[in-house]
Amino acid sequence: MTRKGRRLLVISCAAGVLFVAAGLVLFALNDTIVFFRSPSEIAAEGTRPGTRLRLGGLVKDGSVQHTDGTHVRFVVTDGGADMGVTYVGLLPDLFREGQGVIAEGVLAPDGSFTADSVLAKHDETYMPKEVADALKKQGVWKEGEGTP
Amino acid sequence: MNPEIGHYALVLSLAVALLMTVIPAWGARTGDAALMRVGSTLALVLAGFVGLSFATLVVAYVQSDFSVLNVVENSHSAKPLLYRITGTWGNHEGSMLLWVLVLAIFAALVALFGANLPARLKANVLAVQGSVATAFLLFILFTSNPFTRVIPPPAEGQDLNPILQDIGLAIHPPLLYLGYVGFSITFAFAVAALIEGRIDAAWARWVRPWALTAWAFLTLGIAMGSYWAYYELGWGGWWFWDPVENASLMPWFAGTALIHSAVVMEKRDALKVWTVLLAILAFSLSLLGTFLVRSGVLTSVHTFATDPSRGVFILAILVFFIGGSLALYALRAPMLRQGGLFAPVSREGALVLNNLLLTAASAAVLVGTLYPLALEAYNGAKITVGPPYFNLTVGALMLPVAFAMPFGPLLAWKRGDLAGAAQRLMAAFGAAIVIAALAAYAQGGGPVLAPFGMGLAAFVVIGAMAEVIERAGFGRVPRATAFARLRGLPRSVFGGALAHAGVGVCLFGIIAETSWNAERIAGVKVGGSFEVGGYELTLDRLEPRNGPNYRDLVGVFTVRRGGVEMGTIESAKRLFTARNMPTTESGIRTMWFSQLYVSLGDELPGGGVGVRAYWKPFVTLIWIGSIIMALGGALSLSDRRLRVGAPKPAKKPKVRPDPAAVPAE
Repeated sequence: MTRKGRRLLVISCAAGVLFVAAGLVLFALNDTIVFFRSPSEIAAEGTRPGTRLRLGGLVKDGSVQHTDGTHVRFVVTDGGADMGVTYVGLLPDLFREGQGVIAEGVLAPDGSFTADSVLAKHDETYMPKEVADALKKQGVWKEGEGTP
Repeated sequence: MNPEIGHYALVLSLAVALLMTVIPAWGARTGDAALMRVGSTLALVLAGFVGLSFATLVVAYVQSDFSVLNVVENSHSAKPLLYRITGTWGNHEGSMLLWVLVLAIFAALVALFGANLPARLKANVLAVQGSVATAFLLFILFTSNPFTRVIPPPAEGQDLNPILQDIGLAIHPPLLYLGYVGFSITFAFAVAALIEGRIDAAWARWVRPWALTAWAFLTLGIAMGSYWAYYELGWGGWWFWDPVENASLMPWFAGTALIHSAVVMEKRDALKVWTVLLAILAFSLSLLGTFLVRSGVLTSVHTFATDPSRGVFILAILVFFIGGSLALYALRAPMLRQGGLFAPVSREGALVLNNLLLTAASAAVLVGTLYPLALEAYNGAKITVGPPYFNLTVGALMLPVAFAMPFGPLLAWKRGDLAGAAQRLMAAFGAAIVIAALAAYAQGGGPVLAPFGMGLAAFVVIGAMAEVIERAGFGRVPRATAFARLRGLPRSVFGGALAHAGVGVCLFGIIAETSWNAERIAGVKVGGSFEVGGYELTLDRLEPRNGPNYRDLVGVFTVRRGGVEMGTIESAKRLFTARNMPTTESGIRTMWFSQLYVSLGDELPGGGVGVRAYWKPFVTLIWIGSIIMALGGALSLSDRRLRVGAPKPAKKPKVRPDPAAVPAE
């Protein structure tokens, strides 16, 4: 093989690897991204059941019910709309009524939300950024007020 | 000690760092040896002042000096001594100071151990290091001063985030920073070489020990962070593809590529332009990580406080250094002379493949991490890119890396013999098939990928030994001769083999844990029991206990297997009284390489408590494998020829250009 031919071989191998990698990235991105929505946005947009979402807002006061050891129901609100959430599992340490939460899961046909993971904050004074933005949009909370 | 001393020392550090940026660089430009020498002195002085500043802050924490705002916000007088010390860097300001301290220490090490470096190169390296220090000292002094006073001082502090009150905070951040910031040295070498417009195999010889040191620390730092998250967060996960984890993984991939391509450059004088680019990229990704973590654009457990001015400042630093170095690269790289020809199937070829796949993985992680930010800036949509994306892309790119790994060291430089290498790996391949079959038998019907992965991991581990066995000549020469040769092999050969074996061990742990773990979530009353992974756990009692600054509710579980008592596990829900913040203290029982993991949830209305229990087979191999990788790096580093500041520049290998071979890049 000529010098040029070999160089071409190396370059085409490299291009091949990069092409496959780029394809992989695009394919994976297409399939695995999850959108963040607040309850008001879901109500306004009429999101289709079965869609995978990250639902964020505040845990409504007095809404948390433990049905048995590991089944939990609670309501997420952003002041504009409410959304009932069911979850099987243990809630995170800082999950509390009246505080920020993000639930990831699927919108059920009956309009409720089945979460498979629930995230609360890591820190007492910290509010998940998406939740803070969603609350600001609904005028429930303003920057610098401290957490609701 | 007076906090003002610390503040003053920090201001002096800035002055010294400025001098260090200007004087040696000026000396290198004008060829003034005296000015170039000043760089080393300044580097030592800088380390001294930053060290003094850091020590002052530590003392303020230890003495609980609540006249310092940073201490008030992040400490508490009831906190145990260890956490008062580690609390120093458990916050934004302190952690940035630690960052700069590590940077200054690395610069001082170059000054101390770089006696044999060419004066001009050393001066430029220190100048670049000085400029990075200047930027970050400005950042600290203008946006994140840890010595701000409060008047009047409050009687008590607000305590440290309880998640951080753990031995992990003493280990993970310093190790990680030694890795992150360690790449600043390779970056400085790359920029210095570009400024001079001259680069040769000796350059790679000087850079390799620094790259290897940074890489080993980064490996340990990531692994320890992973173990910390695993036992502290109580979800039993050891990797979350959290943006901040990704931020540390990207420089790791780039650094791994760098330590490999530097070998090619040192031994064969090839891949120069690429190696310089990798040295720049590794530190650029470290800076990007610092930006992502410290600016608050991404929220995670590492985000302490969000202050937009900080984000903008770090972004400016990022743009200056990454943009500046890449611009310099674009200008100067074409001037670098190409050398070293090789065939596609050769040691060099294998290392090029490794580099391609590693950088592609790094790019895939980068895209996944930044895509949500880009999309939000573009149309306001808030999305997350979850674990499936990263598992798919990184997994698919790492599989060929793992498979090719044993082949690489068996190929000769310049032109290798793939069939010969395959032949020498037959034993490893056979063992891998046996292990895959055993795994398939053990799991019965289950994911097909698991036995395949186990076989691959075994292939990597056993294949890693093949090079050592091959080079000693076992099977070809009398055993005594082979043992004698084994003793004569350079340590870097063992180091490389050990690091590769570590990858295999880690892979084994990852695959075993992912395919065979068992999870059980249950509500349990005292006296009740449940089963997970073949073990029966009984909740014997729930008892309150008091710690120095927290209250525990401890659940004591008895573990049985087939009716035989194996011991107990204690898992607790801990309430830190100062912040009224609960944490989960998971109970872990290690059995060989596997772990039984129990974390407590909330107390349930009807009595009893929510429990989450996991059986995690071979999970500890993930971290043991990482430690083996780092040990491999350390072993290579102890090789006389590679020791930091190796005495002689590399002798130019006598390469007769092979007319049939292609140029390196």
